[in-house]
Amino acid sequence: MWVYEKKLQYPVRVSTCNPRLAKYLIEQYGGADGELAAALRYLNQRYTIPDKVVGLLTDIGTEEFAHLEMIATMVYKLTKDATPDQMKAAGLAGHFADHDKALFYHNAAGVPWTATYIQAKGDPIADLYEDIAAEEKARATYQWLIDLSDDPDLNDGLRYLREREVIHSQRFREAVEILKEDRGKKKVF
Amino acid sequence: MKQLPPEYYTELEEIQAVDFVIVELVLYLHTHPDDLEAVKQYNEYVKLSKGLKKEFEKKYGALTSFGYSYARYPFDYKEAPWPWQV
Repeated sequence: MWVYEKKLQYPVRVSTCNPRLAKYLIEQYGGADGELAAALRYLNQRYTIPDKVVGLLTDIGTEEFAHLEMIATMVYKLTKDATPDQMKAAGLAGHFADHDKALFYHNAAGVPWTATYIQAKGDPIADLYEDIAAEEKARATYQWLIDLSDDPDLNDGLRYLREREVIHSQRFREAVEILKEDRGKKKVF
Repeated sequence: MKQLPPEYYTELEEIQAVDFVIVELVLYLHTHPDDLEAVKQYNEYVKLSKGLKKEFEKKYGALTSFGYSYARYPFDYKEAPWPWQV
């Protein structure tokens, strides 16, 4: 089971109401390489991955939900005081027509989240290579978001999230080596 | 939502910093289970985190539900603000 803690993993601050930045950020909420995709991918793969890697997938998957909450907080804070006109000017008229200012799982272009973004192959190496690629793609997305953003408070949170992708990728790479080592041992018999 | 004193933010950040060390160590330990120093450091920070949260919850209300925090009367889970509101 999971336990919710009423705090963010890292503080989220935004300088000003800025729905245009929110429109870009939603990529990491409901996009292909976003936090929802990451959490659901790892927490689903873990049932059939070797025991040595289950803990890692569980804890990284759980941390992704903490990151999802950070992104949601950023989007919420960037849009909460926006008028319908400001939403329209930011290219969010389509979003506003369907959701008002509620969050929704879609990417920056408005395409809704789909399970086709993720895979579970039942092959530990294939699954972990996908996970490493996912972390690297998310890291790149955070870099593009930082490049697009002119909000120093927001960028502090985005830089934190970018660094977490680096750590997750590193841990998944180590997991691959652990499994390769185990496979090597079995061949000795 | 009631007005939060400035120390709410500093005390919350202290917890976030300690809990970050815990997350970082636990991910590391999944791939380095034989690192005794890391296990010791992990346990040290778990103790630190528990102490900080106990004090924080006394002031601002429970951080968790499902039996991980004691509840006061009247039920205080709604006392602490939601993370996106602060």
